[in-house]
Amino acid sequence: MSVLAQGQVGDPVLNSVVFGAFVVITLYLVYRVGSRGSSTADYYAAGGGLTGVQNGVALSGDFLSAASFLGVAGAIAIHGYDGFMYSIGYLVAWLVNLLLIAELVRNTGRFTMGDVLAFRMRQRPVRAAAATSTLVISLFYMLAQMAGAGAVVALLLDVHTKGGQALIISVVGLIMIFYVLVGGMKGTTLVQIIKAVVLLLCVVLMTVFLLGKFGFSLTALLDQAAANNTKGEKILDPGVQYGRTPITTLDFISLSVALILGAAGLPHVLMRFYTVPDARQARVSVVWTVGIMTVFYGATLIIGYGASALVGSERILSATGRENAAAPLLAFEIGGTVLMGIVAAVAFATILAVVAGLTITASASFAHDVYANILRKGKADPVSEVRVARLTALVIGILAIAGGIFANGQNVAFLVALAFAFAASANLSTLLYSLFWKRFNTNGTLWAMYSGLGSCLVLVFFSPVMSGAPTSIVSGVDFHLFPLSNPGIISIPISFVCGYLGTVLSREKADAAKAREMEVRALTGIGR
Amino acid sequence: MTEVAGRRAVSTPTPPTPPPPAAGGAARQSATFGGIDRPVGAAGGGGPDFDAIHRSPEFTALRSRFRRFVFALTALFLLWYLSYVLLAAYAHEFMSTRVVGSVSVGLLLGFGQFATTILITAVYARWARRRIDPDVARLHDMVGQESAAHEAVGHETAGGGR
Repeated sequence: MSVLAQGQVGDPVLNSVVFGAFVVITLYLVYRVGSRGSSTADYYAAGGGLTGVQNGVALSGDFLSAASFLGVAGAIAIHGYDGFMYSIGYLVAWLVNLLLIAELVRNTGRFTMGDVLAFRMRQRPVRAAAATSTLVISLFYMLAQMAGAGAVVALLLDVHTKGGQALIISVVGLIMIFYVLVGGMKGTTLVQIIKAVVLLLCVVLMTVFLLGKFGFSLTALLDQAAANNTKGEKILDPGVQYGRTPITTLDFISLSVALILGAAGLPHVLMRFYTVPDARQARVSVVWTVGIMTVFYGATLIIGYGASALVGSERILSATGRENAAAPLLAFEIGGTVLMGIVAAVAFATILAVVAGLTITASASFAHDVYANILRKGKADPVSEVRVARLTALVIGILAIAGGIFANGQNVAFLVALAFAFAASANLSTLLYSLFWKRFNTNGTLWAMYSGLGSCLVLVFFSPVMSGAPTSIVSGVDFHLFPLSNPGIISIPISFVCGYLGTVLSREKADAAKAREMEVRALTGIGR
Repeated sequence: MTEVAGRRAVSTPTPPTPPPPAAGGAARQSATFGGIDRPVGAAGGGGPDFDAIHRSPEFTALRSRFRRFVFALTALFLLWYLSYVLLAAYAHEFMSTRVVGSVSVGLLLGFGQFATTILITAVYARWARRRIDPDVARLHDMVGQESAAHEAVGHETAGGGR
């Protein structure tokens, strides 16, 4: 059976020790920097006092989830070139942030995406829509991370009983809650930064080692990778995973579109732009993120093919965690138990940090958009707003733990891609219209947002993800009507079209003065 | 604390009553722009006169320059990315052509995406530093010293909040 189950690879004790050390160090640091004050700016946005470089590294930490580390490396190891396409999508996506979103969002909002969208619209309905979308996306994304945690636990700590895994998921969740409650945005940022640096060092070292082993010849590495993969030479070319039928090819295009348009609408990414003092620092953040992403995804390509070359696709697929095991197994192959322990700890830290980032975003959206602006009509005092945010973080953390235990072992990898589709459909369209189209109004915002979210949900419900395929969540019945697993290619245009129609068909006139004010603020930052 | 909520105009939204920025903006900023000192549109109260800034030739020039540049770059990278995706999806033979050793056209085009992403980032960052930042700073100066002074006070009271 599994190599790991037989205890031949990796040392669970060592893995736990390395991970434990990471947790102890970060807990201590978070406790030291944590704001015990009750200012909303401190809790949500680290007082806006981070530098662009710090925020850029933290953005990478937020963005590089377990899916993009273990998942992409695994996909390249097994499917070859098609896995590499994920890397490219995740990277190019940052250009949308750089050119159209980061600086303008920084200048027009304060804590949440709702700040930007509601700027010149009717506050309550738009904030409610923004909060709904933020919570749905965060929850889906979080569920994917937490369910992945179960698999990582099984793989790295050699815990195979459901009860044992549930216990560890709970512990991970509690640590995450502590980061968020004690550290606020500052503490969470610190965890992201540490994690990003360790992750980057780790993949760069592995890459350099791999390249050295193959005499710095890419051809040698690729040939060896093809030789040890059951699919052979084909893994060097596109089409292994997605080229089987015209439908899978279309699915691949849909996914690619969702990937590059989604990153700019992810609420936890947007929220990070508020932690820097001005638009220039927001720009610097993205520049650094692009740099880090380039190095990271370049390294992932080598690690993925390296895993195929040195470990072999058969051994990877027979290990606990299957594809996700590629990077840890490779680490063991080249650096023994110590390196595998470090990779294990990094994988854990990744889940921890990403979930913490999502939790603080979701709690900010609830406390700031729903509680302070909808329920209290903007008259909430900051002390109680932060109290609500902390309480929400606690609730969301507990939900994440419950969801992680419930979804443990389920096929939920699609949730990340889905979160991107949601973000691209509901958030990007409304943000762009809001920032660049004067006539856009409340009605259009609501249409764009809810049609994007709704069409995504409906399409996924009737897709092979839910039923009708061997990997579906529901087995036995087949009610699938829509052939694609990723709804982006349909739902993103729907959202843009609905936003347009909702605006031109409504009699409501956009608030022209506020629209002019928003244009000035967005571009210049005057008034902030 | 409370001064944070008051200081930043954007985020003090009071839905039913019209003037969100006025809540904070009026209290701290009485700067006017171009000598016009009447309440601005729905914004009411004081604060920078956004209408006047919006009308000023400096701002219109800045806005069109910004939009032309970023829209053009966006169109460029989207087109390039989409052609790459379509090639990977439908032109398998072309992508599988070996160029050097086992390195294929597909792999090189993939690296090409990396390279253009870096390039566009560098080009934009440099352009914005030279063509946007100075003009933004000039607009800030035009809005007046008074609001700048208030900003500075805001800095202190917010405890480095910006």
